[in-house]
Amino acid sequence: MPDVIDADLVETILDMAHHDVLPRGACIEAMKIVQDRYGWICDRHLKQIADLLGMSLADIDGVATYYNLIFRQPVGENVIMLCDSVSCWVMGTDGVREKLCRKLGVKMGQTTEDGKFTLLPIVCLGHCDHAPAMLINKEIYGPVRPEDIDGIIEAHREKTS
Amino acid sequence: MATIYIDGRAVEARNGENLLQACLEAGTDLPYFCWHPELGSVGACRQCAVKQFQNADDKRGRIVMACMTPATEGAIISVDDPEAKEFRGEVVEWLMTNHPHDCPVCEEGGECHLQDMTVMTGHRERRFKFDKRTHKNQDLGPLVKHEMNRCIACYRCVRFYRDYAGGEDLGVFAQHNNVYFGRYESGTLESTFSGNLVEVCPTGVFTDKPFSKVYSRKWDMRGAPSVCQHCSVGCNTILNERAGKVRRTLNRYNEDVNRYFLCDRGRYGNGFVNAPSRLRSAGYVMDGQMTPVPVAQALEQFAAFAKDGPIVGIGSGRASIESNYALRRFVGADNFSTGWAEPLHGAVTRAVDILRTTSARVMPLHEMESADCVLVLGEDVAATAPRLSLALFQTRRTACNKLADKNRLPHWLDAPVRTLGSDLKAPIHVVTPAPTDMDVSATQALRALPDDIARLGFAIANRIDGAAPAVSDLTEEETARATALADALLVAEKPVIVSGTQYASTALLDAAANIAAALVTQGKAAGLTLVLPEANSFGVATMGGLSLDAVCERAQAGQVGTLVVMEADLTRQLDASAFDTLVRSVRHLVVIDHSVTPTAERGELVVPATAFSECGGTMISMEGRAQRFLQVVYPEAPLQVSWRWVRDFAHASGHEGVLDWETLDQAVAATAAGVPAFARIVEAAPKADYELEGEHIRSQTHRVSGRTAIRANISVRDIPPPTSPDTPLKSDMEGTYTTDMPATLIPFYQVPGWNSVQSLNKFQQEIGGELRGGDVGVRVIGERGTAGYAGVAPARMALRENEVLLLPEYRAFGTGETSMWSDPIKARATEAVIRVGGDAPVARVSIQIGAEVFDVPAVNDPALPLGVALCPPHMVARSYEAPCWVTLRTISAEAAA
Repeated sequence: MPDVIDADLVETILDMAHHDVLPRGACIEAMKIVQDRYGWICDRHLKQIADLLGMSLADIDGVATYYNLIFRQPVGENVIMLCDSVSCWVMGTDGVREKLCRKLGVKMGQTTEDGKFTLLPIVCLGHCDHAPAMLINKEIYGPVRPEDIDGIIEAHREKTS
Repeated sequence: MATIYIDGRAVEARNGENLLQACLEAGTDLPYFCWHPELGSVGACRQCAVKQFQNADDKRGRIVMACMTPATEGAIISVDDPEAKEFRGEVVEWLMTNHPHDCPVCEEGGECHLQDMTVMTGHRERRFKFDKRTHKNQDLGPLVKHEMNRCIACYRCVRFYRDYAGGEDLGVFAQHNNVYFGRYESGTLESTFSGNLVEVCPTGVFTDKPFSKVYSRKWDMRGAPSVCQHCSVGCNTILNERAGKVRRTLNRYNEDVNRYFLCDRGRYGNGFVNAPSRLRSAGYVMDGQMTPVPVAQALEQFAAFAKDGPIVGIGSGRASIESNYALRRFVGADNFSTGWAEPLHGAVTRAVDILRTTSARVMPLHEMESADCVLVLGEDVAATAPRLSLALFQTRRTACNKLADKNRLPHWLDAPVRTLGSDLKAPIHVVTPAPTDMDVSATQALRALPDDIARLGFAIANRIDGAAPAVSDLTEEETARATALADALLVAEKPVIVSGTQYASTALLDAAANIAAALVTQGKAAGLTLVLPEANSFGVATMGGLSLDAVCERAQAGQVGTLVVMEADLTRQLDASAFDTLVRSVRHLVVIDHSVTPTAERGELVVPATAFSECGGTMISMEGRAQRFLQVVYPEAPLQVSWRWVRDFAHASGHEGVLDWETLDQAVAATAAGVPAFARIVEAAPKADYELEGEHIRSQTHRVSGRTAIRANISVRDIPPPTSPDTPLKSDMEGTYTTDMPATLIPFYQVPGWNSVQSLNKFQQEIGGELRGGDVGVRVIGERGTAGYAGVAPARMALRENEVLLLPEYRAFGTGETSMWSDPIKARATEAVIRVGGDAPVARVSIQIGAEVFDVPAVNDPALPLGVALCPPHMVARSYEAPCWVTLRTISAEAAA
């Protein structure tokens, strides 16, 4: 993780800021591209984005912490987000969660020791017709049964090894 | 007016208000959290649900949020509807799921809006049986305590702090049940208005930190109406007392001035009344030693002094006009000094003269909020009169409201109105020598030296009206600036000019007055405001007197036998050698003061005066508003108000008949009679014999506890409650208390069911309008004067080669006199640093002011021109206050390392 955001990203952020009515309008997009490159938004990067867009730290961190797809803590190479909303609960997300935790050896909200996976809960993914639903990085899964977990995890492990 | 029906009762509602306001104005108890009269509605808390019916035939109705629904003609609503009631009860129950129920140890307890609303809705049994979420609290600095677990997420704090006061460092984080209001990380809240969070927060998330150390329940404290002493704005406050100590300061609503909010210097600056710096007994120098003496002996001493030649009195802008007038009457108008040295004396005198005669309107704060163009000319308002800067910041909201009108949105619909104006700047033009806190929100901020600002001002006035004095040899840039600013003022309907005495420049004041007068000739409803140095500078300058320099001259000529200094510290005006010369050249120095100042330390006879919390009196604010403050503490002898000391001195020295005042009422009447300009001050508040419903107004709540027990360690005998001839308030809990008692006598806000400061709604005729008890204070200036143009533009300010122009950099915390005896303000003040113009990094400077040399930390400021430096007044050289030329040697960062 570099101390400062790469110059090309800075340029993109400034460009977005110029095209918005108010520079701060670009803050979500700015954090997204920074996160895409570095995995998460560290304090130094947050400060840098705030300065680029003329926002206070309180202001931008308010935005960052509001969205659950912006990470303010380090995450693993793969982020697993398991729906904890009502349809998925009815359809048995509890079993999937147990299996996931056992498989990865982590609790909800934790990252595996090898840094490969982070397991997080998420609100409705809009995939209720395929409940229980799960999102890994940008791929959606559902309906997920506990017995599918091994295959899905191993597939992702291979992809990122 | 619209007629609406609340539970079958027809009530009048104002046009454009919402149902919540209408209900509250109709006296209905409708619970709410997120709505605030000054912040408008956002519909965040869902607490003010009522049922609205389409028409008389509609029996089902539907639940609406009262704060988000306009009160339209013929609207039919029900507050008592069972479904609406149940809804409100459930909202509180749900808000309480994570609330810690720690009322017994919570400092909000007993004056908590959440408590009141919970009781009001009838929720009493907890059904939620899961874990509560918990938060970590932050250290928000010396003024405000943070306890996030108590939060109900009404968003009032950020809406005040960010939207209303322009603060940047308080934010809202996360979402859902985890919503967190705080800073990015622990640290002192930067805003000068952070203390208002204590009153804005409906529960105990933000509480008063200094009060916490001397905590007492609201119902256990005596209250009294007071007036802030820490700048010339004249904000109204309530002081709370228990066991002889002032515990805290609260906002007291004044429709025209401070309304709902105070600045932190006002809220936290009153600690000086309890500080160790207080003077508690009379003292006389015997054998070179200050020795406490009984009052009788002190007066005998004075009588002896009085035989040694003429007596000269020095008054003070921090003393009441009654005390100042008493001193002037005793020593004679020719021997009375205002206590200001030149050039400040000239500037304040001129400023008050302008205010009294200007053809523009001297506007109260609230009126300025609706200005559509503000020109701030050479005054760092955010530091010298913080509450004024907050009022000026509201001009931005006024601009938003205009957009709202175009879009047919009511002004109280906060979120859309704010979004409409999100790219608006406040219509403020700041022209100052150095950056100010107002720059960020202002349309533009221009930099110029004081005399050049005056030139610019004269040029603007001349552009607006050719009859105004012209400025010769304007540069192209000056002409362009003057034209642009004149145009901006001319397109406005309600332009306001703001200046003040910060740079002690009469030319600057004349320039401001000329612009305002020129705007009046163009048919504008122009306003003018001049910030003065102290809370009662207006009163003292109106009375008039010698400058301190003139007193020094007389003293050196041997014409002063006894110098009586009343509530003034001359070392803040005279440098060490001048002060020393003055003290040596008078035969006797007598000091009347509430605190031990360096002047008092040199006094031969020193007597203890009461602080403003222990006496009554009248102060006149910068808009000529005479306001009475009343005592909340009943001090023990020998403490007495300054005018009583003056009276006793007069009697002791054989001047019977000059001053025979026994009570404050007599003092006020004599002052009003003696100074024609003050004729109306008698109307500022009811007299001491005032009774409502045949009884005096009580200053304690009816449930105050421990009347006997509180001094049981001394004696268990019941002692009568203290009395004072100077206040119409009764010192105990026996007496009357109603919501329509005179506005100037309101000792605290509380009505049954409403124990928090929100009960204020019940004291107003309409929300945000006049108090039921009438006006607060009287203006001693007429509507409009007839003064024409005055003054001549100064020459362009030329910087010197071997000297540096040192300009006073006022601070909200640090440069005030009495507030710096208060611990919270001392903790909030930062170190004195000299800011030196130019790009070269500087670590320290060695600076010669007068005869003294100071070695002070410094930084360079590229925003300042070379040859200019800024110095916080009174923090480096004690007397330094007005611009002057100094020699300054810089020690660069490298050399220091």
